[in-house]
Amino acid sequence: MSDNNIDAIIEKYRGQPGSLIHALVEIQHENHWLPREVMHQVADALEVPFAQVMQIASFYKAFSLTPKGRHEVHVCTGMTCHLRGAPKLQAKVEELTGLKDGETDADSRFTFETGACLGSCSIGPELIVDGKHYGRMTPEKVADVLKRYE
Amino acid sequence: MSAMSEIILTIDDKEVKVTAGMTVLQAAQQAGIYIPTLCHHEKLEAFGGCRLCIVEVESRGWTSYVVSCLYPVAKDIVVRTRSEKVDKIRKVIVEELMAHAPDAPELVRLAEEYGADRERFERKESFCIVCGLCVRYCDEVKHLNAVGFIDNGAKREISFIPEVAKNVCWECQECFALCPTSYAQAAYLLTEALAFPGQRKELSPPAKAPESGRRVIPIMPVAATR
Amino acid sequence: MTKLQSVAELEKFRAEILFRRDPAKPCIAVCAGAACDGMDSAAVAAAFLAEVARQTLGDKLEVRTTGCHGYCEKGPNVVVTPGEICYFEVQPTDVAEVIAATLKGEVVDRLVYKDPNTGAKAVHMNEVPFYKHQMRLLMGDNPKIDPMLIDDYLAVGGYAALVKALTEMTPQQVLDEVKKANLRGRGGGGFPAGSKWETTRNAPEKTKYVIVNGHEGESAAFMDRAMLTGNPHKVLEGLIIGAYAIGAQRGFMYTRHDMPLLEKHVRNALAQAKEYGLLGENILGSGFDFECELHFDVGIFVSGESSALMRSIEGNPPEPRPKYIRTSVSGIWDKPSNLNNVETWANVPQIISKGAEWFTSIGTEKSKGTKLISLSGNVVNSGIVEVPMGTPLRTLAFDIGGGVRDGKTLKAIHFGGAMGGSIPTDLIDAPLDFDGMSKLGAPIGAGGLLLMDEDTDMIEVARYLLDFLVNESCGKCAPCREGMPQMLHILTNMTQGKGKAGDLERLEDLAEVTGLGSLCALGKTSADPLKSMFRYFKPEYEARIVNIAGGSGTK
Repeated sequence: MSDNNIDAIIEKYRGQPGSLIHALVEIQHENHWLPREVMHQVADALEVPFAQVMQIASFYKAFSLTPKGRHEVHVCTGMTCHLRGAPKLQAKVEELTGLKDGETDADSRFTFETGACLGSCSIGPELIVDGKHYGRMTPEKVADVLKRYE
Repeated sequence: MSAMSEIILTIDDKEVKVTAGMTVLQAAQQAGIYIPTLCHHEKLEAFGGCRLCIVEVESRGWTSYVVSCLYPVAKDIVVRTRSEKVDKIRKVIVEELMAHAPDAPELVRLAEEYGADRERFERKESFCIVCGLCVRYCDEVKHLNAVGFIDNGAKREISFIPEVAKNVCWECQECFALCPTSYAQAAYLLTEALAFPGQRKELSPPAKAPESGRRVIPIMPVAATR
Repeated sequence: MTKLQSVAELEKFRAEILFRRDPAKPCIAVCAGAACDGMDSAAVAAAFLAEVARQTLGDKLEVRTTGCHGYCEKGPNVVVTPGEICYFEVQPTDVAEVIAATLKGEVVDRLVYKDPNTGAKAVHMNEVPFYKHQMRLLMGDNPKIDPMLIDDYLAVGGYAALVKALTEMTPQQVLDEVKKANLRGRGGGGFPAGSKWETTRNAPEKTKYVIVNGHEGESAAFMDRAMLTGNPHKVLEGLIIGAYAIGAQRGFMYTRHDMPLLEKHVRNALAQAKEYGLLGENILGSGFDFECELHFDVGIFVSGESSALMRSIEGNPPEPRPKYIRTSVSGIWDKPSNLNNVETWANVPQIISKGAEWFTSIGTEKSKGTKLISLSGNVVNSGIVEVPMGTPLRTLAFDIGGGVRDGKTLKAIHFGGAMGGSIPTDLIDAPLDFDGMSKLGAPIGAGGLLLMDEDTDMIEVARYLLDFLVNESCGKCAPCREGMPQMLHILTNMTQGKGKAGDLERLEDLAEVTGLGSLCALGKTSADPLKSMFRYFKPEYEARIVNIAGGSGTK
């Protein structure tokens, strides 16, 4: 995380209220979450009411208003994965990490999320960690995958 | 440019002459025909959220169900403000809203009119029916944005922004009288109690007349309630 | 690379590309589509490249990473030309053998397709059952193109349609051709694209926009992402032609934020098109100016709805507007905006090149052309399939899909994701057709087709789909925001054995009112899966009530 980078992003979009989503996406990408003070800075620089920044940040699921863990663990819950056993996979991840959908653990190791179809239905059900796809998963294989991520 | 073009349409078998650019709701109001609304306010942009003003429109052989607060008048359309389907839609919407605010006076009145059963659906007494009057008023009329929407879907709620609310709300309080369930006022007070107790900015006691005919719950100074 | 300033320069450049390429030179095409990538096809491609380098075979053999071939089930996919030899489930350890066989003009037997029942082998693409029943007008080029190389697209005739449109046709003529072709929207609406183009073109405002909707939020639909990642230039070419016809100066490609490869390929395609002078001012000397930018969704299904998407491009929350405020007249920043789906745009170049008459010769009376179908669920062969409209569902499910996996029987077919419906097996001979499928209660939607086997709990499916939509609703209008969770609550109770008397009537009322009263298609169609279940699987629902309420309270 770098304050300078966040400042640079905000400066890039200064005075452009229409670029609110672009700015927030870049900050989320850079920082992995949107701190409230940063949202205020964005509101001031882009000349939009803070209430609007808050609405966008809370509406869209790509944004996180709380700090995320080092690794993002994702179980696809799209229709095919669901038919092929995603709920069991989800239950296993919940059991091993102690996290429910949307939660981050106290050591900031994992953030767990479920979400809709990522387009690789043919290898469902899937576990995705930090963008890497683990296809044709079974609950038995989950522990091994998670072990690789400190 | 000639005089604004005139449109003739039928509402409840009555021929109505209006000008182009009006909505069906405005046309009905002009003709003295009543259509219930909840999220509508003449000072605010039409929202189309509560859907209570829904009407049946027949146009070029097609029948559709549209919200009259947004639907533009057009030549030769036939509008029905009451019908079996329209009434059913309104009834079920009222039942859905009463799951959140079963005692809100306007909902109680509508329930009686449409035969709605307040117990029909699972209760979730959040008291907010997400009509957006407070949010939109604060944005479009006051330009203060002290209260906004957060989250999406059934989780959507109003949220007073403490950093803004503490400086502007006590002096204004105009949205409280707009709220059909009195939730806006409660939400503000809760936000104040949790986020900035004793720190609201107040220069003089508020003296605002209600914006609508809705019942206003008088705001008691915190000291007086102890 | 200097900008191509005229059609003559483009054609000369294309000729030079073709001259440098030897069509007889063997090429190994490794699929890098989403599923194959998830099965580490990148390692396979890297192994091929390393081995070719090690043996210094660069002048004898070409290795190419391509977009999705379609047979996702059997990835990593490799296609060797000449001959279109299909190898499946290729691993890095197979690489040396494949290279050796290719150089000798031979085939690696153990990697080719084998029928699971008869063991019969099929070597060439036109023999493999999965491929041979398809008509791959849009997907066919994928194995021939590296999406990062615009020259590959030019080599297969890319941008020739744009040239024809700009030099031989007026904008009105282009529009008329698309209208005559009866190209209907492939994103779910099935609305005639030509009419939409015309409304936008005729809108009084001078500033106009065109948009590619690549959001693809429909669950189990993955063909748009495959198209955009695998052949972005085809979509772009369609967009530029459309912009020319409509009179738009600026375009937006709107897609998902969660696919790094897609982003990389589209950004690169836009940059290369600009570099070549196919985007920007005075395209190929025609006097037509057009710019295109990339936008991302931020993680919510409703932002795939056309009017919501436009709010999102503006930087606002994606709240849909009612359809009677037509976005072709008032869209982004209230300017006329023509939005079409990825697949719809991808169809445009061929309509211009080969003509509307050719296009209308494919398909049924009211549904023309081919359709991309994402085949998945409990199917044996899942992947992306392209068939002419009118193809019976049976062909899709059995001849191409290979039937139901694990030896089970088929119970239902689902189309249209959370806004579609399920139909039972006895309707399996129904033809693929927009209106026909809508009448049956299972609208094609974006084309995500799922097979559901005998163990599928239809109440659970309806519950699951509603659960998805409840999370994706924007929350603006009461019928959707309130109605859907109430339906979900009742269905959840039913799946947990707590169904009670009156539940079915409550569900039916909620389904009706949510359908009629909601602001946008999300709410309006949210109860459609449930309605299809009531139509075809009602006994299953009634049984859940009867059993619990002790024999009372059914209806």
